[in-house]
Amino acid sequence: MPRDFTPKVVTANHLLDGDVIYQTADDRWSRHHAEAELITDEAHATIRLLDAERQVDTVVGAYLADARPGTHGPEPVHFREVFRTRGPSNYAHGKQVEL
Amino acid sequence: MYRYNEFDRDFLAERNRQFRAQVERRIDGSLTEEEFKPLRLMNGLYLQLHAYMLRVAIPYGTLNSAQMRQLAYLAERWDKGYGHFTTRQNIQYNWPRLSDVPDMLDALAEVGLHAIQTSGNTIRNVTADHFAGAAADEVADPRPVAELIRQWSTDHPEFQFMPRKFKFAITGAPNDRAVTAAHDIGLRIVERGGEIGYTVLVGGGLGRTPMIGKVLAEFIPAEDLLPYLEATVAVWNAIGRRDNKFKARIKILVHEVGLDALRAEVEEEFTLRKPLYAGGRDVALLEEIAGHFAPPEFETTPTETYDAAYASDPVFRSWADTNLAPHRADGYAIVTVSLKKQGDTPGDATADQMRVMADLAERYAHDELRISHEQNVILPHVHKRHLPAIHAALKAAGLATANIGLVSDIIACPGMDYCALATARSIPVAQQIATRFDELKLEHEIGPLKIKISGCINACGHHHVGHIGILGLDRAGVENYQITLGGDGTEDAVIGTRTGPGFAYDEIVGAVETILKTYLSLREDPSETFLQTCRRLGIAPFKAALYPEAKTRAA
Repeated sequence: MPRDFTPKVVTANHLLDGDVIYQTADDRWSRHHAEAELITDEAHATIRLLDAERQVDTVVGAYLADARPGTHGPEPVHFREVFRTRGPSNYAHGKQVEL
Repeated sequence: MYRYNEFDRDFLAERNRQFRAQVERRIDGSLTEEEFKPLRLMNGLYLQLHAYMLRVAIPYGTLNSAQMRQLAYLAERWDKGYGHFTTRQNIQYNWPRLSDVPDMLDALAEVGLHAIQTSGNTIRNVTADHFAGAAADEVADPRPVAELIRQWSTDHPEFQFMPRKFKFAITGAPNDRAVTAAHDIGLRIVERGGEIGYTVLVGGGLGRTPMIGKVLAEFIPAEDLLPYLEATVAVWNAIGRRDNKFKARIKILVHEVGLDALRAEVEEEFTLRKPLYAGGRDVALLEEIAGHFAPPEFETTPTETYDAAYASDPVFRSWADTNLAPHRADGYAIVTVSLKKQGDTPGDATADQMRVMADLAERYAHDELRISHEQNVILPHVHKRHLPAIHAALKAAGLATANIGLVSDIIACPGMDYCALATARSIPVAQQIATRFDELKLEHEIGPLKIKISGCINACGHHHVGHIGILGLDRAGVENYQITLGGDGTEDAVIGTRTGPGFAYDEIVGAVETILKTYLSLREDPSETFLQTCRRLGIAPFKAALYPEAKTRAA
C-alpha cells in the first residue's frame, strides 16, 4: 500500500553562494524555512518541484523535504533539515547568525 | 620540496583559465548543473549542506611557509577566517562563493597549489607518511615517488572517467603512518639486497565494505613502478564494475575475481605497457624529482637550551613528551603541532594560526610543514635548541596542546555540520569526548589511543581502523552512533569489531567513558595500551560493560 503523503517544502541551494533556500507560494526563493510553501498535495508537490528544477540559473539540487505546520510557518521534521535551517554546530556561522 | 617548472605553471594556468570560463558559463545559465557538476568536481568544488566547499590538495601533505601563508590568505579573503585540514592531507574551505572560486584557484597557483582531482572519479591526491624525509625509521623518502604519481596521474587521459575514485598512499618506513593498507593502492618502500623497490598493496579501503589491502607484488623495482601502477589502474578501469557505485572500487574487483587472477591480468597488461616506458624517461624524471627533496643541511650544535627547558618547565616537558618524534638527524626532532585543542574542531586552524606555523617553519624548521592524515600539522626538521621558542610561540597561538596520540587527538570528518553525504554529526561528538576526558584528567593515564569518528558509512574519519571507532548513522530520523573496537591503521592493519547496538547522541560520550574505564580496570599494568588490552581480551569485557542489560537477560 502506498504510504500517505506527508507535507513537504521545496528546498535547494542557491547557485551563487550555496545557501539553503526554500520555495515560497508566490514563487520566490526565501532563506527562511518558515516562509516556504507547505505542500500538502502530492500532485502539487511534483509540479512545484518541476517548477524549481527549471530555474537552472538560480537554484541547485532542488528536492522535497518533509515539513510540518508550526507557529510561524512550516518547520522541518528531520534533523538534517533542522541543521540546514541554522548552519553548523561548531561555529556561529551560517543562517543562525546571518538571518 | 618540489618546485614547479614552466610546464607545471603553464598547465595550471591553462586549467584555471578553463575553469574560470566554465564558472562564468554556469553563472550566466549556459551550462546546467548537470553539465557543470563533473567539471567543478574535477576542480575540487563541492556543494555541501550550507555552502560550496573547495578542497585544495596538499600533495603528500607537504607545504612550505609561502604556501601555508597563502592558505591563510584564502581563508581570510574568501572564507570565514579558517580552514579545515582533512584525513587525506587536504585543506577544505567551507564557505566560498561560486564566483570567487576562480580567483581562489589563481591565488593557489601563485604558490604551486591546486584543487585538481581532489574529487570525482579520478586518481586523487597521493598521500604519504607525514614524517617523510625526517623519520628515524625510514628506508627512503616516499615523496619523490608521490610527486611522480601526482604528475603522471594529473589529467592522465585514460584515467579521467573511471568506475570510481582511486586513492594512493605511500610510506617509506616500516612503521606505517600512512595507512597504506586502507587505500586502493598502498605502496611501501622496501630494500632488498641494497636495491630500493616497492611492495604494492591493492584493494584496501574503508567505507561501506571495509577491506585491508593485499600484496599484489612483493617487490617492484623503480624502473617498473610506473608501468606496473598504470597496468593495475588500467585493468580495473577496464573491468571494474560501473553498474553499481557501491561495488565499483578496486577492492570489490579483488574480492570478486581473486588476487591471483587480478595479478595475472595486471602482469599481462604490464608486459604490454612496459615497452611504452622504454628509454627510462620516468626513471630520469624520478631522479630529477628526488633532487628537489634533498634533505636540508642539518646542523650539529648543542641542545642545551632544550635540555634546560625540559628539566625545568613541566608544561614544556609534557608537550615534548607527547608531541615530539625521533628524527633521523642527531639533535633534531619532529614536532607535531596539535590541531586538537580540547573542545575545538579537529583539524581546523585559523588564518592567524596558519601564519604562526608558517613563520615558525621559516624561522626554525627549514621552511617545511606537513599535514598529517590525523589532521595535525608537522614541523619535520627542528633542531632541539629551537624547541623552547617554538613551544612558547605555539602556546601564545593556542597551538601547544600536549595530546598527540592520546584520547583527545581525535580524527573526525566534517559530518553533518557541513557534509551533504553525512548521516550524523561527528565534530561535536569529538569535541565532547575531548572535553570530557580533559575534565576527568585521565588523558595521560589512559595513554596511547586513537579514536576516529565518521559521520557516515563512507568512513572519511577512518573509524574502522580506530582503536575506538565511532560511526554516526541516521536511525529512524535520530542520530545514532555505532562503536567498533580494536581497529588498527598501521602495518598490522585490522578492521575493528562492532560492539553491538548503537548509542544515541547524548549517550555516546558516556559509552566511550565506559569503555575506557573498563580498560583501566583490566589492563595488566600502565604499560599495556588500550589496543593491547583489546587484543589480549577481545571485545567481550567491553561489550559486557556497554550492555549490562544484555548480560542480565542472558543470565
